[in-house]
Amino acid sequence: MGKDHHPKDHVSSPSRTIGMRLFLIYVLLYLGFMGIVLFRPDVLSWRPLGGVNLAIAYGMGLIAAAFVLSLIYMVACRGISQDT
Amino acid sequence: MLYDSSPMAIAIFASFVLGVIGLSFWLGRKGQSAKGYYAAHGEIHWFVNGIAFAGDYLSAASFLGICGMIAFYGYDGFLYSIGFLAGWIVALFVIAEPIKALGKFTFADALDARFNSRGIKFAVAISTLIVSIFYLIPQMVGAGHLIVPLLGLPHAVGVILVGVAVTLIVVTAGMVSTTWVQFIKGSLLVFFCGVLTIMILNRGLLVNAGQQGDEDLRPQVHTRTPEGRVLVNGRPQTKENDLRPVGTLHALPAKYGDARETGPLRPLEYLSTLEESKIVTWSAEKHTDEKGIHTTYMPTIREGKDLLKPGGYFKGLSSGSLTDRLNFASLMLALFCGTASLPHILIRYYTVKDAAAARKSTVVGIAAIGGFYVLTLYLGLGAMTSGYLDPTSTNMAAPLLAKSFNETLFAVISAIAFTTVLGTVSGLIMAGSGAVAHDLIENCFGVTMNDHEKVRAGKIAAVFLGVAAMVLGILFKNFNVSFLVGWAFHIAASANLPALVMLLFWPRTTKHGIIAAVTVGMVSSLGWILLSADTFEKVYGLPRGDSPIPFSQPGLVTIPLGFLVLVLVSLLTPRQEPHQVRA
Repeated sequence: MGKDHHPKDHVSSPSRTIGMRLFLIYVLLYLGFMGIVLFRPDVLSWRPLGGVNLAIAYGMGLIAAAFVLSLIYMVACRGISQDT
Repeated sequence: MLYDSSPMAIAIFASFVLGVIGLSFWLGRKGQSAKGYYAAHGEIHWFVNGIAFAGDYLSAASFLGICGMIAFYGYDGFLYSIGFLAGWIVALFVIAEPIKALGKFTFADALDARFNSRGIKFAVAISTLIVSIFYLIPQMVGAGHLIVPLLGLPHAVGVILVGVAVTLIVVTAGMVSTTWVQFIKGSLLVFFCGVLTIMILNRGLLVNAGQQGDEDLRPQVHTRTPEGRVLVNGRPQTKENDLRPVGTLHALPAKYGDARETGPLRPLEYLSTLEESKIVTWSAEKHTDEKGIHTTYMPTIREGKDLLKPGGYFKGLSSGSLTDRLNFASLMLALFCGTASLPHILIRYYTVKDAAAARKSTVVGIAAIGGFYVLTLYLGLGAMTSGYLDPTSTNMAAPLLAKSFNETLFAVISAIAFTTVLGTVSGLIMAGSGAVAHDLIENCFGVTMNDHEKVRAGKIAAVFLGVAAMVLGILFKNFNVSFLVGWAFHIAASANLPALVMLLFWPRTTKHGIIAAVTVGMVSSLGWILLSADTFEKVYGLPRGDSPIPFSQPGLVTIPLGFLVLVLVSLLTPRQEPHQVRA
């Protein structure tokens, strides 16, 4: 690279802003799951999805959410040039 | 249990392993410079790197450990899948691009980019070595377990076999061959697990699958006498008098009437049918007397709906035990924070050309890894009801599930599982050898080396790490591999993440703050694990009650401690001028 590079550059870049917003969305989803498991485990037996219980539906949903958010991130960052 | 080996299984297995080693020799021609050896010249295509991420990350813990934990305890194994994948969100959104831009060969390069401090290099190199070794242990344990039923050889032989193969792969061509081995392994693993899942759904659920005649619900007793003899139910263990395979569906839902099988099921239908079924699970109880060590395997008929929610392994989640809840919260925090702190994952960001490629390869990795983790649920539940589980080993569930279909599939899945270990261990030994040769010898101790010497130092370090991995793999034979990997995540998250995140987001961070955070995070998490009730019971053979630690999983305390130490020490030490980045 050979140029001055401060970690702060990466925090303030447009892709970081998008990334942090998506990160917060996922953290809320993850905390929601942990909160239910820790404090309302009885709710996890509820079967909202084709006879599948909430424990499995939420778990699968977290995996799917990770993929969807990562796709959104990739699309959103397409126009941003920061190939440092 | 005693296993027979089949020539076909041996042939398939040998062709996989020799093929992988041969490929690494062939690719080895390209990796002779230091940049080639440590970072594959930064020329790996982002898609290949993304699948290699999956190959690197989907270790024995993900394949053997999670499937086994689901097969024996139900939903709680899937919690590991959820946590392991969630960690990639931290890697993608917070870490990927800065680590690519700041580093060169190793994780220490990135943390030290602003300061050029020997202290940082030393602390991070030691942390990399400790995390890599803790991650290596379960991979080697898993390799040993695979060899027993496949080749009929002792566990230790499997450990030595994988140790030698991996050391050869790493020493021949470093990151180039490691990347391709991981790419091939990642592709094969996800593809064949998909095939296995389709076969599970197509078979549907069967009452007493795999059992000869009626279901046998009598307890089984395994005894090891003081003289070293093995007894099964009081008589010497032979192929005729061995432990019975277990794991059956006891009854289908009422709507199936007297039917003993469902026929093919759709993915959601499989889960909902299982939830309304009754399943026989087996647990082990150990006691010792003058006649030897006795392990009694006890069957329990359980409702499917109880197995498909948390509480089978983390029992306190259903009973409300504070200790188990803290253990659970701590584990989930460590899994979330740990992925982005694993040195062998982070070094893969140096094998692509730029930040955009780093981003794209992470997305590909998340797709492959996420898809695989969805499959683990079906693989684990399929094994739970296959009638082929070995009651003595939670780690063998996935290969034995394949055996319930046919021997060829068993050989293929076992060979893939073995290459799974090869791929992950190669990455770990690469990370460890980079820490020793590049961070410690060259940057920290100031030994000047030319390009050729740097590569040679890395190769010598790789051989030493390979030998250490073999010894530890034999010593930790009886642990569930997912459980062991959990420890590596705690140490990585406690030692590395606070320094990495604060370096990126808090300009007041000083080099002393980073050194203190890495050291305190590493020592506190390691100390906590060594003093925990789990270690007292399973490693030292002491009563759990003797442990001075309130709960076994350290992350809930040691990760925040790392952040706190960094902030306090940074505030107490002078701010440094940013250093010119060398990368």
